[in-house]
Amino acid sequence: MGVISNGTTLLDAGAIDSGIATGAMTLISSITASNSSTIDFTSGITSTYKEYLFTFNNIHCNTNDKDLTFQTDTGTNTNYNITCTSTGFRPYVNEAGNSSGVSYLSGQDQEQGTGFQQITQRLGSDNDQVGSGHLRIYDPSNTTFVKHFISRFSIYEAGDFAEDDFFSGFFDTTTALTRFRFKMTSGAIGSGTIKLYGIS
Amino acid sequence: MGLISNGTTVFDAGVMSLGGQMTFIKKIALSSAAGDISFVNGASGVVLDNTYEEYVFFFHGIHPATDGVTFSFQTSINTGSAYGVHTTSTYLNAYHNEGNTGAALGYEGTGDAAQSTGEIPLIREEKLSADNDHHGVGYLHLFNPASTTFVKNFISRTQANHAAEYSMDSYIAGYVNTTSAVDAIRFKVNSGNIDAGTITMYGIA
Repeated sequence: MGVISNGTTLLDAGAIDSGIATGAMTLISSITASNSSTIDFTSGITSTYKEYLFTFNNIHCNTNDKDLTFQTDTGTNTNYNITCTSTGFRPYVNEAGNSSGVSYLSGQDQEQGTGFQQITQRLGSDNDQVGSGHLRIYDPSNTTFVKHFISRFSIYEAGDFAEDDFFSGFFDTTTALTRFRFKMTSGAIGSGTIKLYGIS
Repeated sequence: MGLISNGTTVFDAGVMSLGGQMTFIKKIALSSAAGDISFVNGASGVVLDNTYEEYVFFFHGIHPATDGVTFSFQTSINTGSAYGVHTTSTYLNAYHNEGNTGAALGYEGTGDAAQSTGEIPLIREEKLSADNDHHGVGYLHLFNPASTTFVKNFISRTQANHAAEYSMDSYIAGYVNTTSAVDAIRFKVNSGNIDAGTITMYGIA
């Protein structure tokens, strides 16, 4: 027996229609910024999922020309200083249309550094300026391998550029990562929502 | 027909929830050539408002009727009465041809937009092939279109056949520069019809 609702086939021949979401993306937690100096996710990151996805909606900074960054830690530690090696690049164009290109972000990468890793750069703080994007953390509970990450953001840059910010890298530890912290390089995260999903 | 089990609506009005956070909204699969494919809030079961903070559109088998065209999109703030809201966007492209005589990664200045009210390219300028076995695929994420405070960020990646036998991998991102709610989006090619293809829309809770 098939099931058709409002003209749309939902179930038929023992299979769910390919257009139906099947729950492969599970919301774990959501935090809304309100002039927040840091945003911490300290639970829900376990071996349950091989991949975790942070989504960022309308991240607005209080201080102009600053960068959204993140770090991670193990167990119940709160040092947020795991060794990281990373890359970054960004295509850009300004609203005037007279400056565009793509460049490697040599000042924003790390080579076995323990600092906070940028995932945007030069975010603007005008009333309508925001950045939105994704950060994927792969197998954070693995105790054999390092932990890779990939991010991509669309931002309204402080100098009125559109920027497509790409960062990726790895945390050089074989200890399970259990918590993540997000903050601006200076000033607070004025508003915006960060959600954590598990990908099964 | 809907189904309610133990007080929970399992499916209704053609939409089914299985506990996932990515909710199917609408699939448009062309059965014949069309000038465009549009998703308008409140029309034909489309939700494009503050129900979700993020929307994603998946493109499958986009095949133009005319060889060498641009696949693009525009948004609307008046449910599709007019399309063309100021948009600034970047375009990064990697390509490689079948003859192995051309390959590169670079910024594609002819594919970007600077406060443009025109079509925003998702498959670069007049390159999408109409050969019988060629097409384009990809996705577009649109963030918080209903915001009346901020601009609307978007992120896209497409993969397509170039009319001169190249593989093209394109990364597009930018913002629709308005503080009005975006409530409609339209996809089209710059010449002729979209001959075939499917675009599926999801909301991410």
